[in-house]
Amino acid sequence: MKHLLSIADLDREEILAILDTAISMHEVQGRDVKKLPTLRGRTIINFFFEDSTRTRASFEIAGKWMSADTINLTGKGTSVSKGESLRDTVLTIDAMGVDMMVIRHPASGAPRQIADWVDCSIVNAGDGTHEHPSQALLDAYTLRRSLGDLDGRHVAIVGDLTHSRVLRSNLLCLRKLGAEVTLVAPPTLMPAGIAGWASTDGFTVSYDLDAVLPTVDAVMMLRVQRERMSGGYFPTAKEYAVTYGLTARRLALLQDHAVIAHPGPMNRGLEISAEAADAARSLVLDQVSAGVAVRMSILYHLLAGEGSAQ
Amino acid sequence: MTPTAHQPTSPPLLIRGGDVLGQGVQDVLVVDSTIAAVGPDAADEAPQGAQRLDAAGMVVLPGLVDLHTHLREPGREDAETVESGSQAAALGGFTAVLAMANTTPVTDTAEVAETVWDLGRRAGYVDVHPVGAVTKGLAGEELAELGLMARSRARVRVFSDDGRCVDDPRLMRRALEYVRVFDGVISQHSQDPRLADGVACCHEGELSGRLGLAGWPAVAEETIVARDVMLAKHTGSRVHVAHVSTAGSVEVLRWAKAQGIDVTAEVTPHHLMLTQDLLTGYDPTFKVNPPLRPAEDAQALREALADGTIDAVATDHAPHARQDKEHAFVDAAFGMLGLETALPVVSTLMVQEGRMSWTDVARAMSTTPARIARLTDQGQGIRAGAPANLTLVDPDRRVTVDRARSRSLSRNNPWHGRELTGAVHLTMLRGRVTAREGLVWGEQ
Ligand SMILES: [Zn+2]
Repeated sequence: MKHLLSIADLDREEILAILDTAISMHEVQGRDVKKLPTLRGRTIINFFFEDSTRTRASFEIAGKWMSADTINLTGKGTSVSKGESLRDTVLTIDAMGVDMMVIRHPASGAPRQIADWVDCSIVNAGDGTHEHPSQALLDAYTLRRSLGDLDGRHVAIVGDLTHSRVLRSNLLCLRKLGAEVTLVAPPTLMPAGIAGWASTDGFTVSYDLDAVLPTVDAVMMLRVQRERMSGGYFPTAKEYAVTYGLTARRLALLQDHAVIAHPGPMNRGLEISAEAADAARSLVLDQVSAGVAVRMSILYHLLAGEGSAQ
Repeated sequence: MTPTAHQPTSPPLLIRGGDVLGQGVQDVLVVDSTIAAVGPDAADEAPQGAQRLDAAGMVVLPGLVDLHTHLREPGREDAETVESGSQAAALGGFTAVLAMANTTPVTDTAEVAETVWDLGRRAGYVDVHPVGAVTKGLAGEELAELGLMARSRARVRVFSDDGRCVDDPRLMRRALEYVRVFDGVISQHSQDPRLADGVACCHEGELSGRLGLAGWPAVAEETIVARDVMLAKHTGSRVHVAHVSTAGSVEVLRWAKAQGIDVTAEVTPHHLMLTQDLLTGYDPTFKVNPPLRPAEDAQALREALADGTIDAVATDHAPHARQDKEHAFVDAAFGMLGLETALPVVSTLMVQEGRMSWTDVARAMSTTPARIARLTDQGQGIRAGAPANLTLVDPDRRVTVDRARSRSLSRNNPWHGRELTGAVHLTMLRGRVTAREGLVWGEQ
């Protein structure tokens, strides 16, 4: 594996290998001295064309704990306005001899395009409304820790699915791990062509959260931006919260063992109530702490695995 | 029109044994700027010193006319100039092109129209007819000086805000009414901007959903086509639908024509042959507006072109400098090259596959576009007395497209690496050979 661009590129075994390695990486996190020599002498650029404190910090810590030299670069928005093409921008950095670029970009597909242009490894740290593979891997890791093997487990993903890169990666990842998936959102926030997609990839679409909740082992709530109201995606925040929010009332619909996930940042009172966010069955903070371990595992598989030594 | 003083005419030329459309295998004699004779006796009339060209196995077409070309001059001469685009056009078998108005400055006055016209005359490879903007600065708010452009030396007859849709129905109505006086036509880029918002960059459907790209639904095009044919009916004016891309638009056109509404439509070679599946690697070469659609739409477009519901093939040749394409997909410029490959694509897809005859090709790529644009000395057919605008095609010759060998200044060529069957052998503008076997006038 040279790049991590999309969960679509990984098979089940590769996903499980990353999740299994993450278990030992997670142990490092519990130590007093959190340092492995694995990536000594390697240089990783965190190239963030879009702000993301959480993801950037997580990748940076992961790199440092593995003794890589990590450097952060920001490229606000795109460089279109500066007259320099994206290709020129990344070729300049690549020419400095880095081993890996971790790319966050507001445009879908940018990491894949960049991987075609440069020699170093590329990790997609979130591209537009396309994918966020490291998030999906850490979500799968977190769910596996609570539920065990995900084969046959039922996960609902709820919220602004059209604009969510987390959705696309999670959907692919959970399906590859054998989970049943149901997507829940108002029709206006379902990705285009969802019916055809659902029948090809074997998942279910529902507009009725109350009907879905009693059947799930996990419910993953996605952030809904209030700005979508002005785009005509839904009428009011109140209507959204009542219809699609994980309210205190809805918590009671869950099976006893069912867990709650949210990739953050949360809109408390909109897609998730405080009761749900802070419930004992909420995995929100576990997801954050798993983030570093899973990203250490990703760096390990891309930079320290066989094939990367030469 | 005559060639300008510094452009000498070619010596008399006898084209021997070519397939002249509807007339079988014939000889064609060209003297000065005119077809002097067609038929078995043509050789007898050839003057002393006439050159001879063996055209056995070739097809003689009237010179091709492109209703939809972007030449980028003035303003973006790094992407294309009138000269480079004209050379590409001649190599592609064209003798006339309509140059879209979205230049810098916009072609929205007689002065800019005449500038483009003069640049075309000076280059001399094809007739360059400027398209006038419908609205000032393409802003969609006030009518441009349509009448002054029509009365200028450039004699503008086609008006378009191409790149943008004239979405205000009242303004579109007024434009249609206004151009009737001088027999103008509004060529519409049909795309409701409210249904196709600013970040949209591909067809909306399952693939855009998977790729996480905001798309245009087909209905953004279809509702404008439907509205415009009703406005054309109401005003009794001519409306032309640029680059039709969906099966639904074809249905609307079919209905409108059955009603006797004066509507014409064009389709691009890329919408005929290429489909949205090419976007899975996010290569901006395949980013175009309107977007590549699913295979069912391409199929409907091919049928509509073959049965005449779509009147013409137009290239929408849209050259872009490298730095404008080498961005993230959503940020990259829209458009692809088309002038040099249009005929080979139509040959491969429509003629070789038995969907169209060469007579149909002559209609869709020469006669009808010339009529739509009211070009009096183009698309006249191959007959004695007609201006010698013609294109010789070698229908069986295979070409592998190489973007590096393009005469365009740009390289955004979606056909790169593809093998196409059918090649332009020679192009002649008013008796002068403008392109021959890959070389343009002056290089031969
Ligand atoms: Zn257009």
